[in-house]
Order: sequence, then structure tokens, then C-alpha cells
Amino acid sequence: MYGKFTAVKGVSLRFPVNRVHALIGPSGCGKSTFLRALNRMHELSIGGWITGRVLLDGHDIYAPGVNPMQLRRRVGMVFQKPTPFPMMSISDNVSAGLRVDGRRGRGAMAEVVEQALRRAALWDEVKDRLHASAMALSGGQQQRLCIARTIAPEPEVILLDEPTSALDPAGTQRIEELLFELKRDYTIVIVTHNMQQAARVSDTTTFFYLGSMIEHGPTRQIFTAPRDEQTEAYITGRFG
Amino acid sequence: MNRQRLRRGISNLMVGVMGVSVVLAVLPLLLILGTLVVKGAGSINLDFFLKMPVPAGETGGGVANAVVGTLLIVGAACLIGIPIGMAAGIYCAEYQGSRLALITRFVADVLNGTPSIVVGVVAWTLIVARQKHFSGLAGSAALAMLMIPMVMRTTEELIKLVPNSLREAALALGYPRWRTSLSIVVRTTLPGIVTGVLLATARIAGETAPLLFTALGSQFMGTNLNQPMAALPLTVFTYATGPYEEWHRLAWATALVLIVVVLLLSVAARLATRQRFSRRG
Repeated sequence: MYGKFTAVKGVSLRFPVNRVHALIGPSGCGKSTFLRALNRMHELSIGGWITGRVLLDGHDIYAPGVNPMQLRRRVGMVFQKPTPFPMMSISDNVSAGLRVDGRRGRGAMAEVVEQALRRAALWDEVKDRLHASAMALSGGQQQRLCIARTIAPEPEVILLDEPTSALDPAGTQRIEELLFELKRDYTIVIVTHNMQQAARVSDTTTFFYLGSMIEHGPTRQIFTAPRDEQTEAYITGRFG
Repeated sequence: MNRQRLRRGISNLMVGVMGVSVVLAVLPLLLILGTLVVKGAGSINLDFFLKMPVPAGETGGGVANAVVGTLLIVGAACLIGIPIGMAAGIYCAEYQGSRLALITRFVADVLNGTPSIVVGVVAWTLIVARQKHFSGLAGSAALAMLMIPMVMRTTEELIKLVPNSLREAALALGYPRWRTSLSIVVRTTLPGIVTGVLLATARIAGETAPLLFTALGSQFMGTNLNQPMAALPLTVFTYATGPYEEWHRLAWATALVLIVVVLLLSVAARLATRQRFSRRG
């Protein structure tokens, strides 16, 4: 909710670990708002708050004693527009999330940076220019750099808000392949307005419409035999 | 066919008018530089920078004490003005809607428009009258008061240009708000801030009025900021309004030195900007 305006209501979902969950729905249906509530990012918008609970490993992340910054190190987020930090090198970008923790030690950091870049399928392309500016990379590479930056602090969950909508098809494909590998180690929730993408990458799908959760289930079921007629209308392209 | 020729003719005429305007706009600078070089360059030699002023009527001598004085006074002003200006600018940009930011911005705009002599009088009232003596430090305080709104405005405008997506990316990594402001945002805008600081320094280096009632000027070499000090603009003022030909000659030379200093700072500011763009490739 933002102030008095309820953006999303009536959602009850479970996300089992090490799976990819897609949130789909037409523009403005509240899926991004919901995603941002999962790592308390929506609080940063004016007047953002929630009712209800969000449980991570059984603990409510909105409980009074919880530190939102520490939470965000366990629940990372990748945004639609690739945003490498401009004045920093590639390796400094990847280690940016580590430096908040107070973890020093050059040697240890270099290892973590390499690991993160390998897991983001970017290592081979940048290993010779780790100290070059991050702005010299292509859009798809920048997005993979943002993914590497997000996974370097070893989060448990990765949230992705339309991560490929600013990329070309080749870049999109590489990110989607990446998600298959990443889910081995992380739980992934991805918001996408591209239904084919949701059908390709996710294990479970949730359909949002006008701020409400309409249907939730295994991806195959949602896309072949949806229970709700609004879901079916969206899937078949009748609106949105 | 005729209409084409007419259009082209008008276009050429307008380009010509604009070209003339460019020349007219640049002319004052060229005239100033030209006059100063012609009148002052002859007096510039190493002695000029190293020697002290000689008694009235004698020839020779230099403005060593003014050079040192300007460096110290402007240096101290920068030490005060830059951190305060930057911090205020960062706050106003990062917490845009807050009441403190609105008030600060308004105050800075008023201060920017305040005549520098008024700022000098204020510094006199607050520092010189209380301490019952003139001092270079009072001069620095006055110059800092002029510098702060300049630095603050430049910093604020630059930081506002940083896209919010960058801040969100930092916050999503677990950065606290203050660290996002300092580490990420400021680092991104640093070349621009440096430019703003250099330009502000160039402006205050040439300010004379505030120094008239604060640093006062001095015949002697001094490094104690708590005493009256010489400064290049003050020297120009004193020598130019004096009765001796010799003094007039020195005034021309000092003015030339002053404008060269301002020019160098401005060029440095331009170079800092150019670096940033070429890195973007």
C-alpha cells in the first residue's frame, strides 16, 4: 500500500526453495509492488507499507527488530535497467555488496568476485579487464554484472524485476539460461510481462490482475489448463 | 528557385549575425587580457614574485607577500567552504522534499546574490570588531561565506542528475541511506563537483571588497592568519589608486598575475570535465 491507496491485496503465496517462481500479469497489476515488498524496498517509496506478514525461513521480515539492510543482503534484487556503478571498475562493482558488511581482505574479495562472475556466466568475457570501467560493457553484460553483484554477498533469495525487458534477444536468452543454473543455489522470484519467458524459465507461476492474486500453480498447469477465466484470457492474449 | 535563394540568403545573414555576436561576446575577455599583457607583462620577472614591496617612491620590489597572502587566505577559505558547501549540497539533493532542504536552498540563493562587500561588512562585524584587530582569518571567513552557496548549488544540481535507479541498486545491496549518498552518489559525480569547486575558488580568489575590511592588507610578509595580511586583489587596489607611477606599473603586473591564476583554475576545471567524458568512450 502507498498511503491510503491499496496497490496489492489478498495475496497468500509460498515459495519453496531452489525453484524459479514467475509473477505475471498486465502492466500496473501490482506484481512489481509485490516483489518489492519481499525485500522491503517498497518502503523506500513515499508512504509505502504493508499489512500481513512476509516470512523468510519462518521469520517475519517486517517484525520490529529486523534490520532492513541486513535483510536485503539475504534477499537480493536485480532491476529492469542494468545499473552498474559508473565510476567503479568491474571487480569493484561486484564487490560493492561485500564492502557494506565490513569484510576486508583483498585476497578473499578477489576470490569471491571471481566466483560470482563465473556463476553469472560473465567471467570469461571480463577476466582480462577486471579493472576496466563497468560502463564499457554491453547491456546484456551489464545486466549479468548486476546479477554477479547481487549474488556476491551470497543471498538466499534473488528477486528479479523484468530483468530482460531492456535487453536484446541474445542477451535475454543468456540470462534465461543463467536462471536455470542459479536456481540450484538460490530461490528465484521473477516478475515478467513476457509470458513466453515465464513459461520457459519458471517452475511455478502466479497471475496478478488489478492488484489481486488471481491464480497460482505449477507453470505447466497455469499455461495449459488455467482454472480461472481471467487467467485464461491473459494467457491467450485477449488482454494485457 | 528564387525562394530557395532567399532562404539561403537569410540563413547566411543570420549565421553572420551570430558570428558577430560571438566575437562581441569574446571581445571583452580579449581586451582585458590584451591590455593586461601589454601593460603588465614587462614588469613580470622572478623578482616580482620573490621580492617584498619597497618603500614608496623607490623602484623595483615585488608582491611576494601578496602571493603568499592570497594562497593562505584562499586556502583557508576553501578548507572551510568546500566541506560545508558539499555536505549541504548532498543533503539538499538526497533529501529533496524536507523542510530543511527547502529553507537551505532559499538561503543559499539569497546569499549567492548578496553583494560581496556586504559579506565583508558582516565578517567585519562578527569577527574583526569582536577581536579588535584585522586578520587574514576574517578574510577567509568572508570568502568562505561567498563560496559555500556556490559549491552547494553545483553539488546539489549534479547529485540530482544521478538517476534513482543507481540509488535503488545500492539500497538493494543493503547499503544504508547515508552510505549510498556518500559512497555511490558522490563518487559518481566527483569530477563535476571538482569542477564546481575549482570555479568557485577562481571566483573568490579575485574578490576584493570582502578583504577590504577583514584582511586589510599589509606591507609585510606574514604567515599568521590572525594578523592583517596582504592579498593580490588588495595589492591591485592599493597600488592602482596610489599616486606613484611605480605603483601603477606594479598594479598592472599584479592584475595580470591575478587573472592568470583565475584562468588557470578555469582551465583546470575544463580539463577535469573533459577527462570524465572521454572515459565514457
